[in-house]
Amino acid sequence: MTVYADNAATTKLSETALEKMLPFLKENYGNPSSLHTLGQKAKSDLENARETVANAINASFKEIYFTSGGSEADNQAIRTAASIGLRKGKNHIISSAFEHHAVLHTLTALKKEGFEITLVKVNDNGVINPKDIEKEITDKTCLVTIMTANNEIGTVQPVEEIGKICKKHGVLFHTDAVQAVGHIPVDVEKIGCDMLSASAHKFHGPKGVGFLYVRKGIILKNLIEGGAQERGKRAGTENLPAIIGMAAALKEAVDNLEENTKKVTEMRNILIDGLKGIERSRLNGDREKRLPGTVNMCFEGIEGESLLLLLDSKGICASSGSACTSGSLDPSHVLLAIGVPVEIAHGSLRLTVNEYNTKEEMEYIVKCVPEVVEHLRSFSPVWAKIKEEEK
Amino acid sequence: MALYSDKVMDHFMNPRNVGQIENADGIGEVGNARCGDIMKIFLKIDDNGIIEDVKFNTFGCASAIASSSMATEMIKGQPVDKALELTNKAVVEALDGLPAIKIHCSVLAEEAVKAAVKDYYDKNGIEYDPEQFKENSCDHCAV
Repeated sequence: MTVYADNAATTKLSETALEKMLPFLKENYGNPSSLHTLGQKAKSDLENARETVANAINASFKEIYFTSGGSEADNQAIRTAASIGLRKGKNHIISSAFEHHAVLHTLTALKKEGFEITLVKVNDNGVINPKDIEKEITDKTCLVTIMTANNEIGTVQPVEEIGKICKKHGVLFHTDAVQAVGHIPVDVEKIGCDMLSASAHKFHGPKGVGFLYVRKGIILKNLIEGGAQERGKRAGTENLPAIIGMAAALKEAVDNLEENTKKVTEMRNILIDGLKGIERSRLNGDREKRLPGTVNMCFEGIEGESLLLLLDSKGICASSGSACTSGSLDPSHVLLAIGVPVEIAHGSLRLTVNEYNTKEEMEYIVKCVPEVVEHLRSFSPVWAKIKEEEK
Repeated sequence: MALYSDKVMDHFMNPRNVGQIENADGIGEVGNARCGDIMKIFLKIDDNGIIEDVKFNTFGCASAIASSSMATEMIKGQPVDKALELTNKAVVEALDGLPAIKIHCSVLAEEAVKAAVKDYYDKNGIEYDPEQFKENSCDHCAV
């Protein structure tokens, strides 16, 4: 039995998306920039896809720019705001400590270029207090960038309130909605954001494609110079098969959102309720304010990589925020940002499920995880010490 | 999983010499939980200075567990002073290699064995050259 519970990493391509993509990998190979019939057919399909994507987030098609994915969209959004800020003599950006590295590393680069970066604290429940952002806004602030939902613990942020605050103070607001789009309702008008990033492969679209929503009136700064594609703001021949696949997958996800949310939330709750009984475990992030399919837990006395490999041997694909799985010496910056002690953060497990999973799979996970945790604890000196101290 | 050799996976999935020894003659513990690895090695040494039994407890990743398991296999039945000659390199070779970022796991295994032998020497008033027992070499752990 193989149980794929790592959907925050990537998802399976939807059959609907695949079917829509195939003609664009075969006969519909035209370049949308070409003037002949084949090219103009491609152009029209490209613009239809843009319309579909725009409709899914309540935007206008002119506000959608296709990119190579979420990271590029994040980079371009932040660079755009920074460049607009500089022209107005503003060089301060507000973000949070638990953003995706596509945001954090772009901010680090801007810091080296002279920007001042403020990372607001994240509460222990994994939710940012909008007031903490408002407190930091100065007349030098050019951008607030806060994710819609966190990729590791799944907590959903109060982006609508943050949007209102930014509007009130005349500060641009970007949100990395990579984990949110296709999984919870995302409406750019309700959020009140100026820019929003998304990635297709997180909602059953293909890899290597995403989009950036940019509110009308904001002029994007190019990351890639060249041809006039994407209204001159993102050069390079459009990845049409992937864009078509993304639009189809997004439409499917949004059309079935209500039904999927109900099903996925139920499965997520089976996992949380089934695993919270494990001794000295904790659920990371608010129990309610979270994505339907994300569960992140820590088990004291064990290390995440061992846990993952043993689960993998039982056919369960999951992920962890342990240092050993990240290739660095430090465990997840997200878990540390919400106050999880370092030694406990090493023993984290992220399970991310979606509508492709089944209840039977959840029951299998709930059966396997405690066995593996118990096995690893049986020879863990850290666990032995915890038990010793309990006496 | 292509991350690890079959040997590493075997020792991780079926670790040898797991457990503790009551009234062990030597116990060595190295690493720290903040770094994500702790190894504890227990030695039972007979009257002739031979490692009669060895057990380990490890908190850490697959390569830490496999390194502990392999190190215990390599010193079991050996004279104590021979165990001191165990190098992390020998552990890595016996495991058919470790990824570069996991080499510190084998260092930890070497150090855990040495710490256990040192404990045995200390407990029995056996003289030794302190140079043989270098301090924890993990910069990260030292912070």
